[in-house]
Amino acid sequence: MVSQSSAVTERTVWELASTVVDPEVPVLTIEDLGVLRRVAVDGSRVVVEITPTYSGCPAIDAMRDDIVTVLASAGYEDVTVRTVLAPAWTTDWMSDEGRVKLAEFGIAPPERRIDGLVSLGLGIRCPHCGSLHTRELSRFGSTSCKALYVCLKCLEPFDLFKAH
Amino acid sequence: MNHSNHVKSTAITAESIADSSVVASDAVARYALGLGDDALVLAHRLGEWITNAPELEEDVALGNIGLDLLGHARSLLTYAGTAWDRSEDDLAYFRDESEFRSRQLFELPNGDFAQTIARQLVSSTYFVELYRALSLSRDATLAAIAAKAFKEVSYHLDHSTQWLQRLGLGTEYSRERMQSGLTVVWPFVAELFSADPAADALDAVGFDGIAVGVESLRPAFDALVPRLIVAAGLTVPELPAARGGGRVGIHSEALGPMLAEMQVLARAHPGATW
Repeated sequence: MVSQSSAVTERTVWELASTVVDPEVPVLTIEDLGVLRRVAVDGSRVVVEITPTYSGCPAIDAMRDDIVTVLASAGYEDVTVRTVLAPAWTTDWMSDEGRVKLAEFGIAPPERRIDGLVSLGLGIRCPHCGSLHTRELSRFGSTSCKALYVCLKCLEPFDLFKAH
Repeated sequence: MNHSNHVKSTAITAESIADSSVVASDAVARYALGLGDDALVLAHRLGEWITNAPELEEDVALGNIGLDLLGHARSLLTYAGTAWDRSEDDLAYFRDESEFRSRQLFELPNGDFAQTIARQLVSSTYFVELYRALSLSRDATLAAIAAKAFKEVSYHLDHSTQWLQRLGLGTEYSRERMQSGLTVVWPFVAELFSADPAADALDAVGFDGIAVGVESLRPAFDALVPRLIVAAGLTVPELPAARGGGRVGIHSEALGPMLAEMQVLARAHPGATW
């Protein structure tokens, strides 16, 4: 193992771990999502902390395995991935870059809120044509984190990443 | 190459990364077990709706709600299992009916869609109040699980409230079925707010402030649910309470067959992973 200061190694490990993507929304990295929380290095021992988006989200297991795989291929053998629940994840942690990538992928990003309560959006914008003339079809979508919408202008259905 | 060999531990913990893995005491684990069983049993019942709901969106909605509950169950059972060196799967698949500590409401058969909505209305209100209070627990892990669950069950309550109104204020026929659903579910409400021996045991040994005294949650339930029912043009049932006893392992005849279906695969192939 290379000998570096812990701080340098932590930065390297963070950069490696942050290449792991959400298996269900592959344009978002776990860093964009705010799922990657902390990296600690003690000698050759690496601990990565992640937090689940929703309690039952099965993607967390895939993300955990992918982190171990990515770090193992870079030579880190002793990796512990810890799932931390507190403080609870919120879409307010999603990066600006992540929001742009989501919209480009065809998923409306979550509304911005102040202190997790007050919505700042005028409405849900269609990621295809940009119209705000949209309607909720179902509050539950293909994964825990999404709701199903339809655009009343271009008539295309789309997913909304729910504010949570 | 199997990289999963490198995973040394995956603790669900509210503690900081520097701390060692959390282990529940026996008394806390017994309490967490009851809460975990409630979530697990209801999650399984909701899963039975997938491909059977009145419309595709409801297949998805009830499946999603069930998945959230399954997540709560996984956290709670994993935490409980740390006290006894048992995994979440050991607890879910290798205990028999009388070892389950779930309240009887959750094992009720789904009935029709209206009956499931009635059970969801009662369950979601109960969970909202429970997790709101439990998020202040002196036990950091229970508080963390509850804070996360609270956000999710609030969303579930919204779902059942919307359907209660749609069915109650819909046609004469939908109103009738929604009323029947409430009638089936109502006798099981009292048990939800009756004493939990595991919570009392914690208090008795001086660990007060860890468990939630569910008796104290009843006023909040009574302030909300009857009002929602009346606003939906329905009548609050006046019925005697069912026998209860889920927290001491007494169950209705519905739980056994449900567990048989839930556990058969794991028991046929013990130790299998997928």
